[in-house]
Amino acid sequence: MTIDRRDYGGFVLCSVAGITVIVPLVWMILALAQSGLPGLEWEFLVAAPSQSGRAGGIGPMIVSTALILGVCLAAIIPVGLGTSLYLSQYVSSTSPQASWLGYSLDVLAGTPSIVFALFGYQFFAITLGLGFSILAGGLTLACMTLPLMVRTSEQALRAVPLELHQAGEALALSRPGMIWHVLLPAAMPGIVAGTILSIGRALAETAVLLFTAGYVMRLPGSLLDSGRALSVHIFDMAMNVPGGMPVASRTALVLLTLVILINIGVRRMLLHHKRIYYEQTN
Amino acid sequence: MNRRISMSDNATTFANEHTQSNRTAPEVSIVGLSVYYGNTAAITNATLTVPGGSLMALVGPSGCGKTSLLNCINRMNDTIADCRVEGRITIDDLDVQDPSVDVNLLRQRVGMVFQQPNPFPLSIAENIHFPLREHGVHRRAELDKRTMKVLNAVGLWDEVKDRLRSSALSLSGGQQQRLCIARALALEPEVLLLDEPCSALDPLATEQIERLIEDLKQQYTLLMVTHNLAQARRVADHVTVCWIDENCGCVVESGSRESIFINSDHPVTKAYCRGDKG
Repeated sequence: MTIDRRDYGGFVLCSVAGITVIVPLVWMILALAQSGLPGLEWEFLVAAPSQSGRAGGIGPMIVSTALILGVCLAAIIPVGLGTSLYLSQYVSSTSPQASWLGYSLDVLAGTPSIVFALFGYQFFAITLGLGFSILAGGLTLACMTLPLMVRTSEQALRAVPLELHQAGEALALSRPGMIWHVLLPAAMPGIVAGTILSIGRALAETAVLLFTAGYVMRLPGSLLDSGRALSVHIFDMAMNVPGGMPVASRTALVLLTLVILINIGVRRMLLHHKRIYYEQTN
Repeated sequence: MNRRISMSDNATTFANEHTQSNRTAPEVSIVGLSVYYGNTAAITNATLTVPGGSLMALVGPSGCGKTSLLNCINRMNDTIADCRVEGRITIDDLDVQDPSVDVNLLRQRVGMVFQQPNPFPLSIAENIHFPLREHGVHRRAELDKRTMKVLNAVGLWDEVKDRLRSSALSLSGGQQQRLCIARALALEPEVLLLDEPCSALDPLATEQIERLIEDLKQQYTLLMVTHNLAQARRVADHVTVCWIDENCGCVVESGSRESIFINSDHPVTKAYCRGDKG
């Protein structure tokens, strides 16, 4: 790309801005790698912690995190998709239902996580009697990430071209048929993007899980057991356990790697979906 | 996959079956039709008759209500919030505007093809299977048979029979449009509405679609909106000239191709068909 001399100033300024965005990420990865990489072995990923977490590994925390995430996704995928279908297909965007629902979602999206933490503790742990548990933690996270899921899916569904809707109408196709065979597959990349963003938010969340899933380091025996998520472990090691900092860094490195791997994995899945979907057998 | 390959052995049988079917296509009659969007009239007092098994071309400048008129025939305008229709449309004895008419059955009888080819982003076969399943055809053999029949009817079978499972979006524009026509034909309609079906296509693809439309005239009653007078002259049996009068669409004249293109005395028709206007 050649740059016009008159544009040189703009090019430099925008380049600097672009580089500024990359610097913190690279710095963070390097810093984490420097402090976390020593001692990061297979054993660390699978072993149970000992000496309040200073020694041993983070096996139970990885399992707890996966379970919490599973509960969260099991709740937000059906509810989120249902709501986004309702908003995009069943009511007009100017209807009172849509504006009330939209308003509620925006308030939910702007609510600080500590408020969700208090709500989750009160409602899921106390009122519903789930106690400090994977289930209470996952469901509270679901409440928190739902707006993101709904909004991104709704946008993806609305972006399906009008021509396809017209084709469906002219052929007198049922709405469920259109949704299932045309709209959801066509909107899938956007829906998946929303899911990844939600997973990212859920993995990062600490306050909510401290209040709802608890911080027991044991391997959870069921969804009603308390379990310590990776983010909670990082917090606890860094703040409450003297000499826990190296473990906190190591755990943070694992968490960051997980987020990156999920991103890459889902991107590949999407490409695969595109191939399957456009050349599907059925 | 094996089943699909074996199907091709019977291609000729099904093609023959298709040409042998001898239903009579219904007459479409429109009397005093006006379409309003809110307080704006798109077309007023339109009257025309399409004899069964013939092609009526609706010609005229943009904004003269041709598409609005077409959309009334399969009640696609039902979904437009403030659209109001006056007048009477009948398909043989069926009063289209009658509230007791089952719109789904109506749209099965009256197929529609749009300006932009709009195949579903599914496989070629699934583009036809999916609407058929929605209308109660579930047996695999029947689905395959009907798919082959309509793809044959639009001259697409030989081009796609080896890649029925690939995406419909991998087809060229002209092929996509023929697939859309096949998809409409799969529901075995009696009337076919074509809204500028060639305007997004190149001349060669247009020629193929025109040939196809010629063939379809035997079995279907066709109404086609077109901007292309030469196309109307080539394929239409009857022509309706629409025009804009005081910001509102209207039908200037409607009649046989000869009566419009050769014998018309109407000043607008004459000027438009000579190319002085429009």
